[in-house]
Amino acid sequence: MRTIFYIIQKEFIQVFRNKRMLPIIFVLPIIQLLILVNAATFEMKQINMAVVDLDLSGSSRQLTSKFQGSPFYRIISAPFSYDVAMELMQRGDVDVIMQIPYGFEKDLIKEKRTQVQLIVNAINGASAGLINAYSTNIILDFNREVLIEWLNPAEMGGIRRIVTETSYWYNPRLNYTTYMVPGILVLLVTIIALLLSGMNIVREKEIGTIEQINVTPIRKIEFIAGKLIPFWIIALFELAFGLVIGKLFFNIPIEGSLWVIFLSAGVYLFVILGFGLLISTMTNTQQQSMLVSFFFMVVFILMSGLFTAIESMPVWAQRVDLLNPIAYFIKIMRMVMLKGSSFADISNLFYALVLYAVSIISLAIWRYRKVA
Amino acid sequence: MNQQPIIIVKDLVKKFGSFVANDHLTFKVKRGEIFGFLGANGAGKTTAIRILCGLSFPTSGELSVAGYNVYTQREKIKQNIGYMSQKFSLYDDLTIFENIRFYAAIYGLSKKEIDRRTDILMKKLGLEEAKKKLIRDIPLGWKQKLAFSVAIIHDPKIVFLDEPTGGVDPITRRQFWDMIYEAARNGITVFVTTHYMDEAEYCDRVSIMVDGRIAALDTPVALREKYHAKNMNEVFLQLARAQKTEVL
Repeated sequence: MRTIFYIIQKEFIQVFRNKRMLPIIFVLPIIQLLILVNAATFEMKQINMAVVDLDLSGSSRQLTSKFQGSPFYRIISAPFSYDVAMELMQRGDVDVIMQIPYGFEKDLIKEKRTQVQLIVNAINGASAGLINAYSTNIILDFNREVLIEWLNPAEMGGIRRIVTETSYWYNPRLNYTTYMVPGILVLLVTIIALLLSGMNIVREKEIGTIEQINVTPIRKIEFIAGKLIPFWIIALFELAFGLVIGKLFFNIPIEGSLWVIFLSAGVYLFVILGFGLLISTMTNTQQQSMLVSFFFMVVFILMSGLFTAIESMPVWAQRVDLLNPIAYFIKIMRMVMLKGSSFADISNLFYALVLYAVSIISLAIWRYRKVA
Repeated sequence: MNQQPIIIVKDLVKKFGSFVANDHLTFKVKRGEIFGFLGANGAGKTTAIRILCGLSFPTSGELSVAGYNVYTQREKIKQNIGYMSQKFSLYDDLTIFENIRFYAAIYGLSKKEIDRRTDILMKKLGLEEAKKKLIRDIPLGWKQKLAFSVAIIHDPKIVFLDEPTGGVDPITRRQFWDMIYEAARNGITVFVTTHYMDEAEYCDRVSIMVDGRIAALDTPVALREKYHAKNMNEVFLQLARAQKTEVL
């Protein structure tokens, strides 16, 4: 046991003595947190629109002005030909084109039905969906007003409408910052932990000190433990730091108990550090280790549910995600921070992480060879 | 003195694929002697030393180090040996003291014992002032002497030195050999590889390896007489050439 303490002491001295490492560990994540949280948002703040109004009637102007009145839309052009509007979209100047056909008002009055055409730039599928939803809403709203205005009150009485009142639980104002911070915190802690541990043993291989350690009677488990614990402490400290920043700058809610957050984080970090050490034992240079870590990190992050809902992934991808530790921890963090979930609520995810940690660390210990 | 050999090697073979690095090596090292392992670069010295230290598996052969079996009691062996590799192996970003403390602690020395031995060592090496200097800031000669001292910090029965004097100046080499003699006087068996033939003269016995085989093994004096040579360098050249003609 005493041996572990001396390894930890040595690792800490080396980390804190490395003048280039310190900013990477402590300053970079904070900057990233501040930037990423503000930048990584799905909200459409400004949708550029072109309106091709071929009807030029009162109704068509009324519809156009409804868009004009929305804070999300900016009508940047109102050409009289579809081709001109299309050119604007080709250039990327407009996100959506609304074409109001000739006879729009006439049809509306005589046939009681009419059409408008929406062309949405769908290069970014997610935002195209949003634009479509927003626009449809506005058109429906217009439709309702038309009904009220034109139908006589007697007929109105006969129309019963079902009004959907949506209320958003756990994030009532659909604040993306609230949604993103827990996830981004997870990413930052993960990146630091994986890189630090992934580079560690392989670095000793490069400078040759691993030989000197391998000729000592040190036990493998002592060595791995001595390597894990320092980075575990640093990463946990970093999580605490990140939570404070989130609270101060973004006023993120922490509904659940910190105790549950840190308990899960503790187990989760053993998974990530174990992963890093495993990579470290299987590679020969820091470059190889970086590349392998990077590969896993990108896959894990993209499939983590941070940016896209895991539920909407294909079934096979969801199965693969059972092996994605980041997905587990982001889920836990969101549940605990936003919903105030208790330990009982997250216990399944928690035990999955425990199992993962035990397996991966055992694998790392087994893979670390004192004899070549 | 116990006359039982401390290292017994019989028919050691190590192959890397089809390349035979060690070809049926057989030798014994007596307790307390300075045993020189000579040979050109690539002759198989480092391979053999790594096997004896338990860093590498032999392909076949019977080996016993400090009374323990190399196949089954590797960790026992490690408690009783010290090793200084060819590749420099102190931590660059730790101070002299921190390096000593770390390695001593891994061997399980108590804190008091670590402090005591560090003090003795610093005095002996004349490094009391430099205790807090980073390894990367001290000259190579110091590093080598320090690495040797760290390798024997836990009073092992045997110390393996793999080309310990590579790249250092003649004066430091001389001082280094003084340290080796002192260790031997204190009862530590020294197993040293080198390709400097003048260093062979300092050994009690030397074995000369050529192309993975032991070409000769005896005291330097006996070898010089046998090959009618003025010095070990000539002995080595004769052996190496003989091997070449045999191959041709």
